[in-house]
Amino acid sequence: MKVIIGLIAVSVLFLAGYGLSGAAPYLFGVIIPYAAFALFLAGFVYRVLAWAKVPVPFRITTTCGGHKTHDWLPRSKYDNPSNAVETFIRMLLEVLCFRSLLKNTKTQPGDDNKPVYATEIFLWLGAIVFHYSMLVVLLRHIRLFVQPTPAFVTMIERADGFFQVGVPVFYLTSFGLIAGLVYLLARRLFNPQVRYISLLNDYFPLFLLLGIGISGFWLRYISKADVIAIKELATGLVTFTPSAAILSSISPLFFGHLFLVCVLLMYFPFSKLMHIAGVFLSPTRNMANNNRAVRHINPWNYPVKLHTYEEYEEEFGELMKAVGLPVEKE
Amino acid sequence: MNDKWKIILGLVVFLAAVTFPVWRGAIAGAGEPPELQLPEGKTKCIESKEFMIDNHMNMLDEWRNMLVREDIHEYTSKEYGDTYEISLNKTCLNCHKKTEFCDKCHAYADVEPYCWDCHYDPKGD
Ligand code: HEC
Ligand code: HEC
Ligand code: HEC
Ligand code: HEM
Repeated sequence: MKVIIGLIAVSVLFLAGYGLSGAAPYLFGVIIPYAAFALFLAGFVYRVLAWAKVPVPFRITTTCGGHKTHDWLPRSKYDNPSNAVETFIRMLLEVLCFRSLLKNTKTQPGDDNKPVYATEIFLWLGAIVFHYSMLVVLLRHIRLFVQPTPAFVTMIERADGFFQVGVPVFYLTSFGLIAGLVYLLARRLFNPQVRYISLLNDYFPLFLLLGIGISGFWLRYISKADVIAIKELATGLVTFTPSAAILSSISPLFFGHLFLVCVLLMYFPFSKLMHIAGVFLSPTRNMANNNRAVRHINPWNYPVKLHTYEEYEEEFGELMKAVGLPVEKE
Repeated sequence: MNDKWKIILGLVVFLAAVTFPVWRGAIAGAGEPPELQLPEGKTKCIESKEFMIDNHMNMLDEWRNMLVREDIHEYTSKEYGDTYEISLNKTCLNCHKKTEFCDKCHAYADVEPYCWDCHYDPKGD
């Protein structure tokens, strides 16, 4: 049911962009993109600042390896860092290599029906393929927004189209994006445990991204659009001088693609996709394990009015002596 | 602990990256779409102008397969019914100048057809 709602929602959104853009091209080509981008930026900043306000009282260590003790005891630096540099490397491994996903295991009944744990590499592989393809696709899209196209974008295009298959040349990442997403979706559908914990807000972004990927693929390889007019529109949008005249020479399929992107931008700050910012704030990853080396003071400590025993005795010493209680000061 | 300034620094870097086209556009301008030099004395292309803009690369691909694989040397326009010899040099580049037409458009859209690794520009050097 959740799957079907997700699928239907994305299909309806695509058809809205595809079908209605002819009637209101300025709305779909200019107003909605601006609104979506503004909401994306504002929502993103709002979410991150809200997170930044949360105090972090103590180092959460989640040790996966020995921490720093004696010099002669082996330790694992990048699982259990003790200083900022080592922590930085742990974060790099996490953000760039998705290291935590390598810890994904599958449980199966083995001999005597005892559970057996085995590495399950495909989640990591699917995630890497999808995320890096997405990054490259987005970087390649810069050619539509910036004139003259920066040299690094052209270099990426050359590498991505290295095999020179087909006309227009086939980009590995256009396919990688879709293949990665299909795997991540299939995992949710066919793995009973994962399916059980999947929600609509897991399926919806997957379908949305698939919709964007497939409509983009269609736009480049199957039903061509006027790229020159699209670039004129896009460069106009980013310099706040959008031209309404060219909207009519752009195919409805492009507006379907663009509208889904706008929905993604609007949805982004309110969704699980915010993990792009959240990963940097993972408390189990971004703090050095120096609990025993450095004194950590609770940030929300307020000044407590103290009444030491010395002061107590000063106040009540005479009374205590009178009833024969032992006192420290004579 | 207070990591607020680090988080804000990260946020600023992120915002600078996602708004790259905007500030780059503010510095360098939007850029002009290419001015194409159209062939003199000719009024129409092989197919309609809209079809050519969107689909010329697929058409060239089709031509290549027709000639190289199927030994067909003539192409009849679906739009106008005229017949053309299948050749990149003798047909397209007879009317269009590569440097003033194809290249200008491709530079704007940042496409680099690898065809010119083998094919040459008959009017160029
Ligand atoms: C109106 C602008 C325009 C003109 C004029 C033009 N092209 Fe293109 N061409 C494009 C665009 C845009 C693409 C990329 C299409 C895409 O990315 O979907 C392209 C792609 C191509 C490709 C496929 C490139 C690849 O990706 O491998 C070939 C081949 C090609 N053009 C040949 C020509 C030739 C030959 C001429 C001159 C006779 C020409 N084009 C004139 C805009 C133009
Ligand atoms: C008979 C001469 C002639 C031949 C041959 C010819 N063209 Fe054209 N082409 C034209 C003319 C004239 C126009 C302008 C059409 C118009 O403005 O309606 C044009 C327009 C175009 C456009 C659209 C340019 C724009 O205004 O954005 C493209 C792309 C194009 N031609 C590519 C090709 C390719 C590729 C070939 C070879 C397969 C080719 N042409 C062969 C005469 C020719
Ligand atoms: C590896 C070199 C090579 C590359 C790269 C190449 N071609 Fe060709 N092409 C040839 C050869 C060889 C022929 C055959 C010529 C003949 O039989 O007369 C040919 C023939 C053609 C023909 C028909 C004959 C003619 O005179 O035009 C077309 C059209 C064509 N190629 C288009 C393309 C396009 C478009 C590209 C880029 C996407 C391309 N070619 C890339 C080598 C190449
Ligand atoms: C989340 C953002 C986006 C994603 C994931 C995405 C994805 C894709 C993909 C996978 C393709 C196939 C070709 C390729 O790999 O380059 C594509 C093509 C395309 N996209 Fe996007 N896209 C996004 C945003 C946009 C935006 C904002 C625009 C508006 C300018 C746009 C315009 C196009 C165009 C014009 C094509 C066809 C390019 C061609 O013919 O070469 N896309 N997109």
